[in-house]
Amino acid sequence: MSQVSRPLSPHLQVYRWQISNSLSILHRLTGVTLALGGLALVTWLLALASGQAAYTGAATILGSLVGQVALVGWTFCFFYHLCNGIRHLAWDAGLGFDKAVARKSGVAVVAAAGLFTVVFWAVALTRVAA
Amino acid sequence: MSLKSPLGRVMGLGSSGSGTEHWLGQRISAVAMVPLTLWFAISLVALPSLDFYSVTAWVAAPLHAVLLVLLVVALVYHSSLGTQVVAEDYIHAPGLRAAVLALLRLLHVGLAVAGVFAVFLIATRAPL
Repeated sequence: MSQVSRPLSPHLQVYRWQISNSLSILHRLTGVTLALGGLALVTWLLALASGQAAYTGAATILGSLVGQVALVGWTFCFFYHLCNGIRHLAWDAGLGFDKAVARKSGVAVVAAAGLFTVVFWAVALTRVAA
Repeated sequence: MSLKSPLGRVMGLGSSGSGTEHWLGQRISAVAMVPLTLWFAISLVALPSLDFYSVTAWVAAPLHAVLLVLLVVALVYHSSLGTQVVAEDYIHAPGLRAAVLALLRLLHVGLAVAGVFAVFLIATRAPL
């Protein structure tokens, strides 16, 4: 019996790609990325608890090019997951399920996440420069 | 007529025997994290400096320490529930799935303990 070779749910291969399922998959991807961000947050707290040398080391890694890219990536993932999460909570309450509305709210959520990411880093970098 | 037993109805059990608690926990931790994560992000940007002493003093303030512990707990719980569903959905080999689910659970328990303990250490060490 070849149980494992049968296609199992979720059947990603039978979907036509459109806004709703792309954003749903992006919600999961950003969620998993943010789980790694949680790991980074706890590591950062442990470094801070361990003393000045460990904290400076963590800050150096976060300030490196790779660290900066990761931080900006996590910021976008955070704002997307936050906005789309609120969209999901609205659906849970039975609001905005209409196809046209769901499509519009999907575009709005991506735009909002991008905007919040840019504003957040603009403010953060302005404060560093000041 | 419902085939559900009265006990099953009261406990909110569906065909899988569980799920309601998972679904609710995911959403309650999500709602809790809306203010907590925004508070954390805005506070870091608002700090005059992110050097060791400034951040230590900020974390050590009792209100901040409590909110940080709440953030760590909500985040790790939410992450645990979320990654569990992803693993259940995409890992089809039963043995590997069971192993990954167990590993994810252990990692998240470790993460929660480490995060809470770190905040405790920072808060108790800092001279107020």
